Amino acid sequence: MKLTLTTTIAALAVALPFAASANPVLDGYKAEIKGTFTVAAGEKLYNTVGPNQLACASCHTASPKNVGKHAKTNKAIDPLAPSVNAKRFTDAATVEKWFKRNCNDALGRACTTQEKGDFMTYVLSIK
Amino acid sequence: MTIIKPLLVAVLLASSFAAHAKYNGEDRGKPMLPAQVNAKWQAECSGCHMVYPPGLLPAASWKKLMTGLDKHFGVDASVAAADQAEITAFLVANPSNRWTATTAPLRTTEGEWFKAKHGGIKAEVWSRAAVKSKSNCTACHTGAEKGVFDEHNIRIPN
Repeated sequence: MKLTLTTTIAALAVALPFAASANPVLDGYKAEIKGTFTVAAGEKLYNTVGPNQLACASCHTASPKNVGKHAKTNKAIDPLAPSVNAKRFTDAATVEKWFKRNCNDALGRACTTQEKGDFMTYVLSIK
Repeated sequence: MTIIKPLLVAVLLASSFAAHAKYNGEDRGKPMLPAQVNAKWQAECSGCHMVYPPGLLPAASWKKLMTGLDKHFGVDASVAAADQAEITAFLVANPSNRWTATTAPLRTTEGEWFKAKHGGIKAEVWSRAAVKSKSNCTACHTGAEKGVFDEHNIRIPN
């Protein structure tokens, strides 16, 4: 019995880090295109300056961990990285709403599912 | 006497019209914010900027503004169709109750009352970092988001 319990705890300890990094919204994108996402591609997208001279980093700053500032209104933007702001990337509709708006503003077009997945993979990797 | 009577009526009509047509009829509402506000309006609008009390503009302005959210002053601010309908209904139900002009500006700062009230403010004040834009009411009007714009609640930042 004692052995079983220890084994269970050990198994949990191994499994937990993976469970903690899983994100249902990201899983949804992954299932949608059956592809893989990378931190590097997401980071590149985050810093890509579009036709309106705006990048994600323009408002969200160089690090998704920082408090950002709206380019037009100066309003403070809560950090993007879930490691410092647990509310981020928890609701699929909210995530989709902001991708639609911000991809249009920064890139002048909609983002692909691949891009959304890469972006999230990058932001979720920031500890 | 038969001439004077209609004349008197005409003068009375004209003066009462003039009272309503303050700022050429582009007058903000009072009260500017209802006691009960819509939660979606609060959440969505405050996502990017201060919440502008619906009484600042006439209903026609809000209708126009809410149908162009994908190009909202150069920014994509689109919301889900159901939220758009709900927020529009709240704005249109609580517009300026003093606006008699047929104009429907998208910017509060384009109204005659705004220009009349802010005419004495130097360009240097508007360009201060803490102000930045004429649309940033809260920079000086501390109660702006609660619909309070009276002179007792003004604090001009340096």
